[in-house]
Amino acid sequence: MVLSRYLDERVWLLNRQGKAAIAASAQGHEAAQVACIEATDPSKDHYLTYYRQFTAMMALGTKPEEMLRGFLAKDGDPMSAARQFPLHGAHPRVDLFNFSNVIATQLPQAAGVALADKLRGDDAVTIVFFGDGAASQGDTHEAMNFAGIRKLPIVFFCENNRYAISVPLNKQMAVDTVASRAAGYGFPGVQVDGTDVVAVYEATQAAVNRARAGDGPTLIEVSVERLQPHTTDDDHTRYRSPEDIAQMANKDPVKITSETLRRRDLLTEAEDEAIHAEAKRRVNVATDTVDAEPYPDTETMFDHVTSNRDEGGS
Amino acid sequence: MVAFKIELPHVGESVTEAIIGKWLKSPGEHIEKYDPLVEVITDKVNMDVPAPASGTLTKLLAAEGDTVPMGSVIAEMETDEANVQGDSESSPTPAGAKSPGSPLAGRIGTLVQGANVGPTGGEFLDTSLSSPEPGTRPATAASSGPDNGKQHFSPVVTRLAAQHGVDLGTLVGTGLGGRVTKKDVLAAAESAPPSTALADSISAEDQVIEPTPIRRMIAAHMVRSTSEIPHAWSAVEVDVTGMVAWRAANRQRFQQTHDVRLTYLPFTLLCVAAALKVSPRINSSWLDGKVVLKGAINVGVAVAAPEGLVVPVVQSAAGSTLLELAQQLDGVVKRARSGTMTLNDVHGGTFTLNNTGALGSVWGGAIINHPQAAILTTEAIVKRPVVITENDSDSVVVRSMMNICLSFDHRIIDGAEASIFLQAVRTGLEAIVVDTEF
Amino acid sequence: MPEQTVIEAVRDTMRAEMRRDESVILLGEDVGLRGGVFLATDGFIEEFGEDRVIDTPLAESLICGLALGAAVNGMRPLAEIQFADFVWPAINQLVGEAARVRYGTNGVKTAPMTIRVPYGGGVRGGLYHSQSIEVLFAHTPGLTVVAPATPYDAKGLLASAIRSDDPVIVLEHKRTYRLVKGEVPIEDYTIPIGRAEIKRPGSEMTIVTYGLMLHYALQAAETASEQGLDVEVLDLRTLRPLDADAIAESVSRTGKVLIVQEDTPAVSISSEVAAIVGERCFFDLDGPITRLTAPELPPMPFSPLQEAAFMPSPEKIVAAIAKLAEL
Repeated sequence: MVLSRYLDERVWLLNRQGKAAIAASAQGHEAAQVACIEATDPSKDHYLTYYRQFTAMMALGTKPEEMLRGFLAKDGDPMSAARQFPLHGAHPRVDLFNFSNVIATQLPQAAGVALADKLRGDDAVTIVFFGDGAASQGDTHEAMNFAGIRKLPIVFFCENNRYAISVPLNKQMAVDTVASRAAGYGFPGVQVDGTDVVAVYEATQAAVNRARAGDGPTLIEVSVERLQPHTTDDDHTRYRSPEDIAQMANKDPVKITSETLRRRDLLTEAEDEAIHAEAKRRVNVATDTVDAEPYPDTETMFDHVTSNRDEGGS
Repeated sequence: MVAFKIELPHVGESVTEAIIGKWLKSPGEHIEKYDPLVEVITDKVNMDVPAPASGTLTKLLAAEGDTVPMGSVIAEMETDEANVQGDSESSPTPAGAKSPGSPLAGRIGTLVQGANVGPTGGEFLDTSLSSPEPGTRPATAASSGPDNGKQHFSPVVTRLAAQHGVDLGTLVGTGLGGRVTKKDVLAAAESAPPSTALADSISAEDQVIEPTPIRRMIAAHMVRSTSEIPHAWSAVEVDVTGMVAWRAANRQRFQQTHDVRLTYLPFTLLCVAAALKVSPRINSSWLDGKVVLKGAINVGVAVAAPEGLVVPVVQSAAGSTLLELAQQLDGVVKRARSGTMTLNDVHGGTFTLNNTGALGSVWGGAIINHPQAAILTTEAIVKRPVVITENDSDSVVVRSMMNICLSFDHRIIDGAEASIFLQAVRTGLEAIVVDTEF
Repeated sequence: MPEQTVIEAVRDTMRAEMRRDESVILLGEDVGLRGGVFLATDGFIEEFGEDRVIDTPLAESLICGLALGAAVNGMRPLAEIQFADFVWPAINQLVGEAARVRYGTNGVKTAPMTIRVPYGGGVRGGLYHSQSIEVLFAHTPGLTVVAPATPYDAKGLLASAIRSDDPVIVLEHKRTYRLVKGEVPIEDYTIPIGRAEIKRPGSEMTIVTYGLMLHYALQAAETASEQGLDVEVLDLRTLRPLDADAIAESVSRTGKVLIVQEDTPAVSISSEVAAIVGERCFFDLDGPITRLTAPELPPMPFSPLQEAAFMPSPEKIVAAIAKLAEL
């Protein structure tokens, strides 16, 4: 979480310097994403993420250098060879597929992934991430409907940070929670405090076990705060009151987790400081390294359009 | 330790300056690279400017509340490292570009300096390409252009050529690879005075004749020759008294034995062919920047046919006897005059002979038959008083004299070569006496 | 040699591919218990079971999204959109997502999926059971689009589509399903994607066409030959990638081209073929590039006179041939 936070902040700085064209922050979501990943099995499970899964990516083993190659669009970006926005593409080591920026298209795709596993009898769970805004898309309804009918081995993981860019929750839905909709599809829905690592972990574990047992989908909704604007192109002072922005400081998951661990004597202050120092160091090294690296050659732009190289235009 | 100037960086703004809000570090303080140094206030957003390197802040050069242009120095520091990568300057935003003198210029508008749009809205100003890229391979240019082998006539060229009676085969194309373009056809069609000039310069007493297609072809051909080939001229006088005597003595026998009318042309042709054999540059062509020495010696003979000048060709003239040449000439000239020439008759000429003397001319400066290198005229045979020197003693005698005039392509042939050729023809002709065996 | 209709060839090919490769799964509306509204999958759920023949809810975006997800996870989904007119909700999953998976993951993920789409009019289908939808897909890098018009081609191209590692849209003209009958070898074969075929050689003019129009063009060419005109008919068979070499070779040889399509003309396959001819055959043209298409109307009116006026026909093609020939 700490490493993710430092890297996240660094990426925003790089954007202000004109080097990182676009970034969506996971600041405020760190605990929920780490806890969720922890309850799954990256050696066999499938992850379909969206643009805000910065911390989840790192929890799945993506190195700071790899993350930065995406944000700085450098040669060697492992996700998409920098053809896509950062974090998008396919992960080189785990089955993570973060495909487009069109919202919620990943839900029917996740249902397809889970369907394939079920038909083959593979022991894998598909976790698909999305936000409160995505919950409104037709694709979300179609995917959940099908998942419920077929009892697919899937976990729908909604990170509700109360804003879809600027549209607040009460303009996004007429119900109080996204989780309440699960009943309409025939499977359970639970709402969890997204700053509580243990609560998120336990909810995810239960959902994953349910899926593995063949009992079908679960919808988990975690409540989090979006500490930064929607992306580096947004300015949330335009639509959020100063009080609303200020109160988020009490919901910072990195601080809360640190305090919780220290309160329970699982972490000393010295250890905490050491973690921060090491995170900062790693982020600085990664920044200096990747900043000096080259961009992808224009020739490679024509690769992988179809399986037939000759077909690409030039 | 290196003294380093800290500049206010260009950031994603639509204005080019910022107000110093609050300094977050003081002179003397040690700063880490990326530490926030100063808060600045811009039109859109307040931002923290980070330290570009680790070291000690030494001087503040802008006060809180100052308005400072982007790029100006706001502080100084001493860096820990020997080399510091300066923040790469953003590429200069284009000055407001005005559309060149268009009447709609106001409605078209101009480009606003410094305005930018980020990937999803926002004001991101991209600096990622402001430093030169390490070796990206240039894209290989797609090869295009017409097929070099075939001569292409585009639809519009064919149409215009038909409309204006232009012979496409005679045109030099100015397009890529020698392609005949629409302009070429129109230019060829207009090689006659333009119609407006015509209208202005004719009077009621004048008669305007529409040239026949053949006349147009000839005209185009002449224009091509004279515009492309740098002509030069040389001439010699030939004493053909002997040739005249031979013909007078043998003409009737020739007609009776061979049924061939014997003119002076076969004699000239015989000597010209022999001379061409030893002066190959006279029998050549300037093609695509190269001098092509023609292997065959095919001499075209200009003939006045009913429709105009035609040039039937005597093929392989160098190997033939006088009789053979006389027969060939007889045949082609008959066909030319009766308008029954075949394609073979006009094909493949490498040199041209023109008997302008037949109508009394004593001097010629003929136009070379493109793409050949030279043309020879034989002028009228006139009895003249000439001086002969024998045993150091001059006397005036009456001799039959014929001028022969060479026009030659000065790209290929110099005066010396021309003279050598003319001398050879002259020597051949002057060697003929009344009892020469052919 | 056995003869089959197009729908029989399609059905047999799907069955053969499903027997050949376990990872081929079928999904779509009514494909299971009903056997498909055109009976394309008649008997399949009985043979392959509910797990491989999936009756989906009524949700086209879902169908294509499911196909994409399953394809990315090791299956070869063969999805059906019941009528081309219903494909529009799925455009994003196909054009925005499936087409770009390989490119956007630098080849790490691929989408070996096939979407079969019955299309076309002349069946009294009105505005919502007659549309031609090829243009959007044929425009999209990353997608492959085939349009077989004969039973022989339907088998070969559908097999190639299913075995292809790329997302392929297979456009089957619904009128040809039962109208066209022809020889189909029993043995396994594929037809290479991206190759047009000269269905009728000729020397004076080339008709470039595809789909139902192929058969009308062949009829017209036959009539024209009785009038002494020697017309070549080139069947595109694949709409993306277009076989530009075949188009250029034929038109350069004959010197005249008539492009016949059922779709409306603006920004269509005929526009692209015309561009190719202009680029590659300019100096060999003996007449202007000519198109015969539907008129610029929403395809297509329901009442019979208007439907007939909308659709190209053999008679209209004969008239176009004659007009181009006399130039």
